[in-house]
Amino acid sequence: GSVAVEDQPDVSAVLSAYNQQGDPTMYEEYYSGLKHFIECSLDCHRAELSQLFYPLFVHMYLELVYNQHENEAKSFFEKFHGDQECYYQDDLRVLSSLTKKEHMKGNETMLDFRTSKFVLRISRDSYQLLKRHLQEKQNNQIWNIVQEHLYIDIFDGMPRSKQQIDAMVGSLAGEAKREANKSKVFFGLLKEPEIEVPLDDEDEEGENEEGKPKKKKPKKDSIGSKSKKQDPNAPPQNRIPLPELKDSDKLDKIMNMKETTKRVRLGPDCLPSICFYTFLNAYQGLTAVDVTDDSSLIAGGFADSTVRVWSVTPKKLRSVKQASDLSLIDKESDDVLERIMDEKTASELKILYGHSGPVYGASFSPDRNYLLSSSEDGTVRLWSLQTFTCLVGYKGHNYPVWDTQFSPYGYYFVSGGHDRVARLWATDHYQPLRIFAGHLADVNCTRFHPNSNYVATGSADRTVRLWDVLNGNCVRIFTGHKGPIHSLTFSPNGRFLATGATDGRVLLWDIGHGLMVGELKGHTDTVCSLRFSRDGEILASGSMDNTVRLWDAVKAFEDLETDDFTTATGHINLPENSQELLLGTYMTKSTPVVHLHFTRRNLVLAAGAYSPQ
Amino acid sequence: MAEEKKLKLSNTVLPSESMKVVAESMGIAQIQEETCQLLTDEDALKFMHMGKRQKLTTSDIDYALKLKNVEPLYGFHAQEFIPFRFASGGGRELYFYEEKEVDLSDIINTPLPRVPLDVCLKAHWLSIEGCQPAIPENPPPAPKEQQKAEATEPLKSAKPGQEEDGPLKGKGQGATQADGKGKEKKAPPLLEGAPLRLKPRSIHELSVEQQLYYKEITEACVGSCEAKRAEALQSIATDPGLYQMLPRFSTFISEGVRVNVVQNNLALLIYLMRMVKALMDNPTLYLEKYVHELIPAVMTCIVSRQLCLRPDVDNHWALRDFAARLVAQICKHFSTTTNNIQSRITKTFTKSWVDEKTPWTTRYGSIAGLAELGHDVIKTLILPRLQQEGERIRSVLDGPVLSNIDRIGADHVQSLLLKHCAPVLAKLRLPPDNQDAYRAEFGSLGPLLCSHVVKARAQAALQAQQVNRTTLTITQPRPTLTLSQAPQPGPRTPGLLKVPGSIALPVQTLVSARAAAPPQPSPPPTKFIVMSSSSSASSTQQVLSLSTSAPGSGSTTTSPVTTTVPSVQPIVKLVSTATTAPPSTAPSGPGSVQKYIVVSLPPTGEGKGGPTSHPSPAPPTSSSPSPLGGSALCGGKQEAGDSPPPAPGTPKANGSQPPSSGSPQPAP
Repeated sequence: GSVAVEDQPDVSAVLSAYNQQGDPTMYEEYYSGLKHFIECSLDCHRAELSQLFYPLFVHMYLELVYNQHENEAKSFFEKFHGDQECYYQDDLRVLSSLTKKEHMKGNETMLDFRTSKFVLRISRDSYQLLKRHLQEKQNNQIWNIVQEHLYIDIFDGMPRSKQQIDAMVGSLAGEAKREANKSKVFFGLLKEPEIEVPLDDEDEEGENEEGKPKKKKPKKDSIGSKSKKQDPNAPPQNRIPLPELKDSDKLDKIMNMKETTKRVRLGPDCLPSICFYTFLNAYQGLTAVDVTDDSSLIAGGFADSTVRVWSVTPKKLRSVKQASDLSLIDKESDDVLERIMDEKTASELKILYGHSGPVYGASFSPDRNYLLSSSEDGTVRLWSLQTFTCLVGYKGHNYPVWDTQFSPYGYYFVSGGHDRVARLWATDHYQPLRIFAGHLADVNCTRFHPNSNYVATGSADRTVRLWDVLNGNCVRIFTGHKGPIHSLTFSPNGRFLATGATDGRVLLWDIGHGLMVGELKGHTDTVCSLRFSRDGEILASGSMDNTVRLWDAVKAFEDLETDDFTTATGHINLPENSQELLLGTYMTKSTPVVHLHFTRRNLVLAAGAYSPQ
Repeated sequence: MAEEKKLKLSNTVLPSESMKVVAESMGIAQIQEETCQLLTDEDALKFMHMGKRQKLTTSDIDYALKLKNVEPLYGFHAQEFIPFRFASGGGRELYFYEEKEVDLSDIINTPLPRVPLDVCLKAHWLSIEGCQPAIPENPPPAPKEQQKAEATEPLKSAKPGQEEDGPLKGKGQGATQADGKGKEKKAPPLLEGAPLRLKPRSIHELSVEQQLYYKEITEACVGSCEAKRAEALQSIATDPGLYQMLPRFSTFISEGVRVNVVQNNLALLIYLMRMVKALMDNPTLYLEKYVHELIPAVMTCIVSRQLCLRPDVDNHWALRDFAARLVAQICKHFSTTTNNIQSRITKTFTKSWVDEKTPWTTRYGSIAGLAELGHDVIKTLILPRLQQEGERIRSVLDGPVLSNIDRIGADHVQSLLLKHCAPVLAKLRLPPDNQDAYRAEFGSLGPLLCSHVVKARAQAALQAQQVNRTTLTITQPRPTLTLSQAPQPGPRTPGLLKVPGSIALPVQTLVSARAAAPPQPSPPPTKFIVMSSSSSASSTQQVLSLSTSAPGSGSTTTSPVTTTVPSVQPIVKLVSTATTAPPSTAPSGPGSVQKYIVVSLPPTGEGKGGPTSHPSPAPPTSSSPSPLGGSALCGGKQEAGDSPPPAPGTPKANGSQPPSSGSPQPAP
């Protein structure tokens, strides 16, 4: 069921919570009193209690502004905003423009702060300490804020260290509540449909071999056997309905398996080669890139509203013939698929016109018959790669759509945009099937889980969320990034998620446990693209800092300490091993790396537009 | 209201204070506070980020306004800086682009700007099994600063990642950043083997591919095929991965000059000088370390008494001119207060000029060398000696015919002096040019000098006129500036003369595409007008078509996709570097195209200069090279079939090739 997200909570109702007020002149004193208390507390508590500074600061400031103590508010802001952690600067900037009560109406950031309680995770000891202090001091003002506006997630046990806290904080609304990441996620892969693969190299036979999906059959050759056994973590095969395999899909799978046998085994001693596709003369206009799974086509979305599709193999792009010509074709002939193509239209590049704003997302369908593009104009368009025309314009976002992606099984696709929601669509429905609402800021990137049962979204609210396609629930919230998230990728086995943000860091997440498991530091600018190698040994990251970096993914996930305690509390100790994990850094010539792709044989394809400084 | 918002947020994207300053600088006295907030709005940044850009553009702001249901400012589209102005009147406020009045006839007469190039795809290897190949598409493996550090402080330069990865692994050129393992492995030997570190290790190790490359390049540079030579020189001038071979090139040149001066092999000397030129033009090389070897070689080619077998027929003057320009370029680049290159060179020239017994050839070279050092040098060192030199020339020209060679020499010296001094005098002296006054001051050269000054003035005036007319035309022929030096339709006989002059052309063009300020051997500004009128637009166009063919066909180079890594890695490098050829050299296939794209890239962004600056050439073809284009690019030799020096030269040349130094020899 879809939910009307546009239903904004009534602003005045929300704001009225600020009605109760104390003496405006005392606010600074309250705050500095608390600051003094926290700074003088024991080391083990200080780190935890310091988390209070930012939300308290914001709420006290807003309260002052709401009650029209403009001068006090200003002085309060000036005095204390410097104390806040640097990753809150963006939010503080917005806050600083709120100086009058009238400003507060319709200010989205403000609303976020009010409607969603800021979540802090604090040990019971520290919390008791705080409570005692506030009650002793009769500091009702702060106590009220803590009660009303903050959600304090209390846990038993040792207080967390500064590093542990720093790793997890940073999002717009604090950390995720622990129970938010408790639900079961089926992160395993679906069983591959059985396809009879000819053991020798004859393609023709494979074409006729039947291959009923979901039918158990003893496997004849070893390739692709990894998913033949039912993965205990996999969702039921029919948890969400998936499209039937077409003959052409089976052919493609066979091709894939053949390529797999020729795949390079990667590792720290065997790094992949990187082929870089530079978009020349793009005049800063390249906004999105996608490559088909078989690496035969590249699509580029541009700021001039066009989508361009290149063939990077000698096989040129051809359209289907006109209807009148098609009727002349002998439909029984063997090469009918070849006959319907119009040789006159063959070219390396096709340009798709239709959008009326920059194209921010592009995604090929797995069968290479369709291409999706999302744009500033608020639509997602489905293009046919047979006719190179637009088939459908999916309207619903109304605001810029930042990203879109096809499900790995086709048919479904997901889109996310400025309206803060991600939507799940099916190509044959005008309306979205699901709306994933919960992010507090733009949804910047969307990715399907390899089993197509989940969708991950990265947002400008500095959280990553995982959504269940079946029921639209949010099943994971990952906090820890200190900047808007711009790239996501799942590991091929479905267990892990890697995310990259404007802070230049790549974070690694264990989906099953709902934990952060690694941090890769090295990039100096937004990480725009992430991709695991086909077997998951290498993680490649591309960034606005004009580098491609390769990381040792095996080692990164190797010795995860997922003991019971960690799992239960969510306390993590990140190893500082970015330098060991970094296998290579490759500078481009002032070309931001917008997209990365591993071919079926594990060759890296990278793409970006040359942008002279 | 303005004071109210003096929040000192440290990292505000655009604090309203600066916004106000910007506004005031554009004539908006009081900007509304809300406007400031609106302008600083985050949404525009969002569009910038999602557009994968580092610069905020006007369209980002438009889209952000649209998000807020505010009508965007229609009509403001600019990629770069927008110098818009403000005006008010009649109760209306206007913002507008300041557009200059343009003379219609100018627009009509200006050649059409080339159509902006369409987007295209181009593939290259960013990394091959973990190693970054040193091809022009990738950033230089060892940045100049590092080469400098290695040269000046060899002990400190132990930056393992940058050193010798490639050769050690047998994978070619040094990887920019070796993987972490590589670093660890190499660190220990560096620390232990202290004596080894006294010399930079890069000198000693060349991978097999590099040796092959070196052999190919040196052979091509001194071989008989002009097309190959052009490619080789192009490669030397642009290839980023050469620094390891630099010592060998340097020795090759200095030894080559030493031997060929003795052999009087003019052709080879010219080739070697062209190599020097190409090395100098390579922006990625740190040449300082080898200047001491190159300067004597170049100087030899300027002042040597005899450079060719038949001094009366062969045009060794051109070589002297060319080498003189090279020395001037060297001075300009490398002279510092510690090495005093320029003053030492000046002294050398002056000394040999002043000497009474100096033969005319050396005399010519010395003057040319001095003259190329710039107007100041001409003013202080040449002008005062004009009278004396004039007498000497007159005595040879007017006196009894002692030796034909002396006569030719004196004649050349005379025209050289006139050529260089006239523009300087035209600037120094006020207009009324009186023959007698000149005679009084400069002796027998006076009258001739006078008429040359008059010409120079006329040209200067003509040029000024052209400058005024449109700026476009100036920017356009810029790459051809050096060309002008060459075919001075002066008194000299053409023949070989053309060669060295136009040598400079292709290289120069490329440099100007890469580095902002092309090193120009101080051509007096008046000169190239003659050029542009004589060889006219056609040459300009040819130069531009240099980068033409590239992008269109660039999209064809897609091979690496489906294949796995090519096993023979060196080929990747060699192909793309060696076949850097201009479109006119037919044999070079897609490889050359690749090269060109990158070379022609930088300017695409610099669109400010107007559409015609350098970047986006029109569609012409790589398939149908025009003869002119070919000549322009290949140093003019194809066109004038007779120009490469006497037939005996070439074969003999190779036979007499020097390298006793043990470096790979060009095949005989």
